[in-house]
This record gives sequence, C-alpha cells and structure tokens, in this order.
Amino acid sequence: MKAVQLRAPVVGPDSVAHQARLLQWWEAEGGLKGFFGSVDHKVIGIRYIVTAFVFLMLGGLEALVMRLQLAGPDRSLLTPQQYDQLFSTHGMTMIFLYASPVLSGFSNYLWPLMLGSRDMAFPRLNALGYWIYLASGIFLYTGFLTGNGPNDGWFNYVPYASRPYNPGLNEDFYSLGMVFLGIATTVGAANFIVTAFRTRAPGMSLDRLPILAWGTLTASFANLVVVPAVSLAFLMLWLDRQFGTQFFNTAGGGAPLLWQHLFWIFGHPWVYAIVLPAMGMVSDGLPVFCRRPLVGYSLVAISTVATMILGFGVWVHHMFATGLPGLGMSFFSAASIAITLPSAVAVFAWLATIRFGKPVITTAFLFFSSMILLFVIGGVSGFMTASVPVDWQLTDTYFVVAHLHYVLIGINVFPVVGAIYFWFPKMRGRMLDERLGRWNFWVMFIGFNLAFLPMHLTGLLGMPRRIYSYGPEMGWTTLNLITSLGSFVFASGVLLLLVNVIRSWSKGQPAGANPWDAPTLEWSVSSPPPVYNFAVIPTVASRHPLWEGRLSSPTCSSLQEGPLLDEGRESLGTSAVEASPDMILEVPQDSCAPAVLAAGVAGTFSGLILKSEPLVIVSAVVLGLALLWWLWPRRQLREREPA
Amino acid sequence: MTEELLVPSRSLPVGPIGRRGVGWWGVGTLVASEAALFTYLLFAYFYLGATAGDGWVLEPRPHLAVALPNTLLLLASSLVAWWAERGVLRARRAQALIGFGMATLMGGAFALIQLHEWHTKPFSFGTSSYGSLYFLTTGLHEAHVVVGVLILAFIFLWTALDYFSPRRRLSVSAGVLYWHFVDAVWLFVFTTYYLTPYLGFGR
Amino acid sequence: MSGSTPLGYLDAAGARAAAILPLTWFMLIVSIAVCVIIGAVLVRGLRGAQANGGAAETRSVGVSEGPSGIAWIRRGLVLSGIPLLIALVWTMVTLAAVSGPPPRPALTLDVTGHQWWWEVRYNGAQPQDTFTTANEIHIPVGVRVLVRLHGGDVIHSFWVPKLSGKTDMIPGQINLGWLEAAAAGRYLGQCSEYCGPQHAHMMLDVIAQAPQDFERWRALQLKPAIPPTTPAAVRGAALVEYRCGSCHQIRGTLAAATGAPDLSHLASRRSLGAGLLPNTPGTLAAWIDNAHNLKPDCLMPNQQLTGADLSDVLEYLELQR
Repeated sequence: MKAVQLRAPVVGPDSVAHQARLLQWWEAEGGLKGFFGSVDHKVIGIRYIVTAFVFLMLGGLEALVMRLQLAGPDRSLLTPQQYDQLFSTHGMTMIFLYASPVLSGFSNYLWPLMLGSRDMAFPRLNALGYWIYLASGIFLYTGFLTGNGPNDGWFNYVPYASRPYNPGLNEDFYSLGMVFLGIATTVGAANFIVTAFRTRAPGMSLDRLPILAWGTLTASFANLVVVPAVSLAFLMLWLDRQFGTQFFNTAGGGAPLLWQHLFWIFGHPWVYAIVLPAMGMVSDGLPVFCRRPLVGYSLVAISTVATMILGFGVWVHHMFATGLPGLGMSFFSAASIAITLPSAVAVFAWLATIRFGKPVITTAFLFFSSMILLFVIGGVSGFMTASVPVDWQLTDTYFVVAHLHYVLIGINVFPVVGAIYFWFPKMRGRMLDERLGRWNFWVMFIGFNLAFLPMHLTGLLGMPRRIYSYGPEMGWTTLNLITSLGSFVFASGVLLLLVNVIRSWSKGQPAGANPWDAPTLEWSVSSPPPVYNFAVIPTVASRHPLWEGRLSSPTCSSLQEGPLLDEGRESLGTSAVEASPDMILEVPQDSCAPAVLAAGVAGTFSGLILKSEPLVIVSAVVLGLALLWWLWPRRQLREREPA
Repeated sequence: MTEELLVPSRSLPVGPIGRRGVGWWGVGTLVASEAALFTYLLFAYFYLGATAGDGWVLEPRPHLAVALPNTLLLLASSLVAWWAERGVLRARRAQALIGFGMATLMGGAFALIQLHEWHTKPFSFGTSSYGSLYFLTTGLHEAHVVVGVLILAFIFLWTALDYFSPRRRLSVSAGVLYWHFVDAVWLFVFTTYYLTPYLGFGR
Repeated sequence: MSGSTPLGYLDAAGARAAAILPLTWFMLIVSIAVCVIIGAVLVRGLRGAQANGGAAETRSVGVSEGPSGIAWIRRGLVLSGIPLLIALVWTMVTLAAVSGPPPRPALTLDVTGHQWWWEVRYNGAQPQDTFTTANEIHIPVGVRVLVRLHGGDVIHSFWVPKLSGKTDMIPGQINLGWLEAAAAGRYLGQCSEYCGPQHAHMMLDVIAQAPQDFERWRALQLKPAIPPTTPAAVRGAALVEYRCGSCHQIRGTLAAATGAPDLSHLASRRSLGAGLLPNTPGTLAAWIDNAHNLKPDCLMPNQQLTGADLSDVLEYLELQR
C-alpha cells in the first residue's frame, strides 16, 4: 500500500529563484486557449466587472429613453409595447445582469488577495460562472434586441405573463434566460462559501475577515438556497406556457399568488445579496481614509448576518395589497420594520469611524461616505412601506421607485464606484485621476438626487408605476421633467467615470503596492499582483496586517516568511473557523472545459427557445462530455491514486 | 514575531485525502441548493392544496403497490452504495465493484419503474395543478436519479480502472453523498404525495 | 396640502384613507428628520477633514486606533428603536381600523377588473334591482360601501387614493375592500397593478353623492333603454343592437352580450375609454370609428362607421341618459 503523501511545506523568505519557480507553475497561457481557458480569479473578476458595466450602460440607456418619454405629459416617443419592454428590460438588466455580477467581480478579484490565498477553492467553477453569466446575458438581450424582451416587469406577475395574454416569445426568453442565469449565481455562491471556509491564510480566523468577505459570504448562503425558488417559478411559467401545465392557471387549480410567493421568497433575500457585499466594501474602504480601524467590527459582521436572516422573513411585504389575512401581514410588517435595526448598525459604525477618525477626502472617500446618506434615505422610505396600511397607498407608485433607486444606486452603485477608485490602482497598477474623480462624484451625486429625490413626492402625489404616459391634469408634469433632467445629469456623471477609467487604464499615474497605505493583505503584493498572488503565504495575526506596528496589536503577521509552496501549482487549505493549515491544495490548470460546458448549456437553452430538438440533444451531449472531461479524476490533482 | 500557528514542524497531506478536500464541500453546497429546490416544490404542493377547493388531490388514496416497493428499492440502493464505498475505504475492490454495479442497476431499475408508474396514472401533466405538480416533482427527482445513476456508473468504471485508494477517493465519497441526497429527497416526496393524502390532506 | 393632485393621497376624502393619514404623516416626518440628522452628523464628522486629498495626502496622515466608538452604535440603535416601536404599534392599530370589511354594508358592489376597463355590478335586494355599469361608480356620501374585487383576466388593482388604499384584483379569489366618502365629489381611481400596454389608461371615476341624488341615479340606471323617437335614432338603435350587441349590453334592447363594458345609459357617464376621454359626441364618434387610434391595444375592434350610419348611432346613444 502506498504511503500517504505528506509534506511539510518549506517555509522561507521570497527570492528571485522562488518567483521563477512559481511562474513556471502559474504562468498564464497565451492565445485562444489562454483566453477561453483562464481560471485565474483576477482575470475572471475583471471580466465580471467589465461585463457588468456594459450591462449597466445598456440599462442606463433604456432608462434615459424612458425618461424622454416621461419628461412631459402625453408624449408619443414610444409605443406602449416599447415602453413596457424598456421598463422590464431595464429592471432585469440592472438587478440581474449588473448588480449581482459586479459584486461577484469585485469579490472574485479581491477574496484570494484579501484572504491570503493563491486562488478561489474552485477556479474552473469560477470560470464556468462567468461564461454562463455572459452567455445568459447575451441570450436575454437577444430577446430584447429582436423585439422579444421581457414585457411584464422584472417581477413578472402571472396571469399577464401566461400564454393567453402574452403569446409572443417575450416571456419565454425571460423564463429560460433566468433559469440559465441562475446556474451562474448558484455556482458562484458555492465557490464563495467553500473558499471562505477552506482557503484562508493561516491565522485568518473568522473575526479577522474583511467585511467584504462577511458580506459576500452571507449573500452566497442566501443565494444558494433562494435562487432555486425563482428558477422553479420561471420553470413552472415556461411549462405552463409551452406544455399546458396548470401551476398558475386558476381554471386548472393553479394560483397567481403561488408565483408571487416563490418569486419574493427569492426576491427579497436577493436584494440584500446585492447590497451586503457593497456595504462590506464601504466597511473595508472607508476606514482607510479615516486612518483608523472600523468602529464596531464585530457588531458590523454580526449585523450583516442578522440582516440576511431577517431578510428571509419579510418577503410578504411585496404582497401587502394582495388580500392576505391581516394576522399574517402583521407579522411580516413587524419583521420589515425590525429589519431596520441590523441594517442601521453599519450606518452608525461608518458615521462613528468618520467622526473618530482623521478623514482625508479622496474621490473614493466621497463615494463611500455619501452612500451613507443615500442609504438612510432609501432606508427610511423602506421603513414607510413596511407599514401595511401606509403601504396600501405607497405601493405601486413612484414612491417605491424612488425607494428602490435610493437603495440600489445608493447602496450598490455608489460603493461600487468608490471601490473602483479604491482598487483600480491594485488591479491596473495605475491611479485614477483625482480631479476628474471630483467631477465624476459631484455630477453623479447631484444628478442622482435631482432625479430621484423629487420622485418621492411624485409618488405621494399618486403617480402609479409602469405607465407609459400621463395626462397634464394629473399634477406630475414638473416633477417628471426634473427627474428626466436629473437622470441625464446622472448619466453624464457615469460617463465621466468611464472616461476616467479609459484614460487611466494606460496613462494613469503608476501606483505602488500600497498607494493608500491601507491595512489588508491585498495591499502587501505588487500592483497589479503577480499571477500567483503571494510568493510567500502570509500568516495573519490581526485584522490589519499592514497597520500592526501602528495599532496596539500584541502580535505581528508574518508577511515576509511563510510557506513557499512552489513544488507545483499549490495553495494552502485551512480549517473553517481558526484557519489553521490542514492540507496542501493542488490548484487546477487553465482549462477550456468550463467554456465548452457553458457553450453546451447555451446551446440547450437556445434549442429550447427555438424549439429545435436536434439542437437541444446535440448541446446536451456536448454538455455531458464537457462535464465528463472536467470531472474525470486526475492524477495531477491527486484525485486518484490506485490502492 | 509570528504566531506559532504555522506549519513549519507539521506535515500536511497533499491533495484531497478521504473526505477532506474542497470537492466534498462543493458537493455539499450542491446538495443544499437542490434540497432547497425540492423544499419549494413541496411548498407549492402544500400551498395549492391548502388553498384549493375539495378534491384537489386527484388520487385521494394513492396506489402504493408500485411506489412503496420502489421506494424500498431506492433506499436499499443507498445502503448498497454505502457498502460499496466501504469497499473502497478498505481497499476491497471486489466489494466496491459489486456494490457500485448493483447500486447502479438498482438505481436504474427505480428509474424505469418510476417511468412505468407514470404511465399508469389516470391524470397527466396538464390535467390540473395537482397533476402538474406531481409530474414536475417526481420528474425533477427522476432527473436527479438519472444523473445519480450515471455518477454511480462512472464510479464503477473508475473503480474498475483502479483509480481509487482508501485515501484518494474523494470522487467516490462525493458521488455517494449525492446518491444519499437523492434518496433522502425521495423520502420527502414520497411522504408528501403518497402518504399525506391518507392523513387527510387535500381532500 | 395646497393644490392636491387628483390621485394624491396626502389628503383624504373618505374614512378609510383618512385613518391612514396621521400614521403616514408621522412616518414621513420621522423619515425626513432622520435624513436631516444623519446628514448633519455626517457633515459634522467631516469637520477638520483634509479636503482634496489623494494618495499622498492619505499616506501623510498617521494611522491610529482612535476611541472605540461602539457607544455610537448602541446609542444609534436605541434612538432608532423608539420611532420604530411607535410606528409598529401605530401600524397594528391602524391596520385593525381599516382592514375589516364593514359588517353590515348598506351597499355591496362587485367590481371586476378587465384589460383595460372596470365592470361594476350593483347588488340589490331583489334580482330586478341588480344592474351593471362600467368605469364609473356612484356611492352615497357617509355610507360604508363594501366592494368585492374580482380579477377578470390578469391581476389589476383597485385604487381610489382619496378614499382608500389599494387592493389587488386577482383571478381565482375575491378580495374585499370598502369605501366611505365624507363629502360629495368626484374621486379619481386608477388601476395600480401593471396589467398590459394600456395599464396607463385604466382609470375609474367614483362619484359620491348626497343619498337622495344617489337614489335618483340608481333609479335611472335601473330604467331600461330610452326608446328612439326620430327615424335617425330608430336606424341608430337597430345598428347598435346589431353591431354593438355582439360584445356589449344595453338593458332593454337586444344588445345583451357581457364581454365588454355595459353601455346602458352611456350618455350619463363622465368619460369614455375608462377615463381616457371626456364623454362628448365628438369623442364618442372618434372612439366608435377608430378606438385603436385613441387607445392602441384596446380589445374593441374599429367599427369603421362613417357618415349617416355614425350619426344615426350617435343620435341613439346620446339619448341614453
């Protein structure tokens, strides 16, 4: 019997020879194989961010066209059908194709660097997630661009989404596309969970994790168990439409409210999943510019988890007007009011960090701090809608539209832009321009508030959602004009961000390893980081490894000496809670299997929408073969070894 | 000064040993997600059944003559798969091969019997929401069974190719975990569709 | 609020809406106050901050532990908890006051939402006292009216902001709402659950009248169609029965179909096309000839009636007050 292969990793300092050996194992392949086969989390992370921003722009254009239509009463720039597809596609794009993927992108890029590891737990699964996201986004937009975009809003209520009322392909594209996209979300969530628990640097116990990690981890747990609800709902809708099932058809014993329950059981946790990681980025970035650690780290970490747990118990607040019994609604109303508390912990922590720190106002700081105010505005309008009787007036009016834009733009977009200013130097090795950044910030901030602050009043004055025009006698004309103007100002602000990024991509001021003098591990490596992240695996002794000398920490992290792990493509596996090393991980090489698998999945869904059996069968075969290729036990990954 | 948490004096296993590898955790997350899927399917059943009128359950006394033995067959296959995994654990290839071979056949038999049972049902996919839910739930389960049978078949093949040892067998353990999950789900589905009507649900 | 808008709900004209107002204002004022306070705290925290900083400025400021600051979180949570608790209790009390349908309603209506019009049925004590109308509801002032809400095709939502919050009309279930107007007047309603392309033009008139005016209106609605007297009107009546009767009903004539809005006493109504147009001979003519011009996706086919036929039909319909 073969002896168990054990090895005590060589511990030592970095050296030129060591780096050369590492490059030998980790050097990226070039050409097509390198492009389609890359499993490097940094490459995948940037791809997610760039793709998400493309969708952000598309969703933004959709919004601008709608705002042109609504700028005045009774305008006829758009037909009702065009307007309906625009508002639905805008919602779908922003919520599914931008908000979550962009945070996946940042998390993907940053986690191994923040956690002191060489890659995620499942690099090939990571690549698969991206290709599926890209392919499903293209699938969904193929619908939109051929005049078959979703047309029933992003939450897509039945019976309007059913065949008798919606005979075209619109709802088939949306249903299949969402099931398709759900695969990416699920595999991404699985990757984050396992990475968080098994591949941190030695010494990085749970109470030393950056808050971004807490946020994404919490979101991932949630996504893992709620995405099946929405995938099931869309599958049932597609089956009702194409195979005559009766899930939602009242004549056959189905119920429209079944859709709403399944959708919102997913939908509410989802909206926390698209803000908690962004809040984490603020919790990690803001203290850097306040030159001190975050106030109340433990409370912030706990409140992140508490918010999500409570978030599972509030979904009915999207259904207060559906005639549910008062007792049940009271419970959900109470929970929806109560959830304000854990979500407010972060706000107070941030305010205290600023007040008790020595703030330096940079562009990143402006985005990270202004979002606190936007968060609170979004939060209080949410507080108002949490009350059942008040919600009976507020729901389905522009008040809710104002609320959702404050929470989504305020707690996702603004932090993301701040994160770009903060981490772009790490990713590209160049600084973004601060002066242009100032303009970027103020134009975005003023434009956003000009567009959406008046919208609260528009809602209180009774303007319903999802109407393509309104009469001059309704009293909403001026407010809508202001909102439309503001939206264009906001859009130009976003454009300034693009300009800044494009200009600085190759011409920005060179950034060193740690331009901001920040405390966490990603700032201990070069900018951009080497392909293997860490030449020497760090051992972590506190939350702020790079600030230890200046804070009152009793012990120091070891960043110069540590496991070298250069006898293969290797990383360290550590235990779940305390992060003590317990195995040496063999990291997979670049592989095109994920891309081929994604193509097989794409072919399957395309075959379903085109109703082409041959395409479905061939694609399923490709899918199966790719899966086999991927999962075949490999000697080099130590997945097999005869007895 | 470094915290002496570190490795220097300790040897670490290289690659996955036994169940200690990221792949095990990965299949665990897959199981969690799929379990959630079936939870929502059963939620839909209880929600529609509770809010529908009388006679929603189209088969007030579901026929157990086929379903019950089939359930026992599936559970037995889990036992056999467990036994086969122990064969790998103890480096007894014969036990492993027989076990995985049998488990594959038992799983396949379950799938075929299920198909036959569907044909005997007096209602179809489109008859009513009950029919739709019955076939969707058992259908999705059947799909998971088919995938599981394929997994067992490949484990059989790889065992035959002498890929595994007591230490290097993550694929085996992960695959068997998946198979146990498929069986556990069936217990819930079976109880819901075949037993709760006898307890009065949906009459 | 000065200059209240037709669909605004910061002012109420009925008991069910008025009961919600104090809570709404409380939450609104608390919300605004919170935003102002947080904004002030934020700005104050920035006092002494180094403006116009960049990487160099950041690096130049030393890092230090600073005070723990946890007290701010504790204080913030306690302070936030107070308005939250008040709102919670007040919500439960208000919900109890507004939800329950009236126990012995003086009037019961069945309202069914269709794409894109409202079917309204008045239930009387006797079958002959029951009648159906469309897009316009009359109610007596000061009386609690029970409204039973039905979904005719897709989900719609019944909303008359000045009188009540909204309740959805969902196929397969009957939801209950109630209205009580405090003063006579016209109150606008609009469908508030997206129901298709003309969701924007599915409006509703609720007219509250003094009880005797309401009874007069009801008696009029119960009367059969006014018979035509002129030759043109006679020709018009025949055309209406033949053409319109395949989808519409006019009580007292042969037009008796129920898939489309009831047209009995059409000329007594304020608007056409579910609040889209004022009800005048000109707009009625345009609607009949080419409804799709005015409401692009409505389910009424263009009648393409012109010339003498159209004026005959109009003459008959204008009689139906």
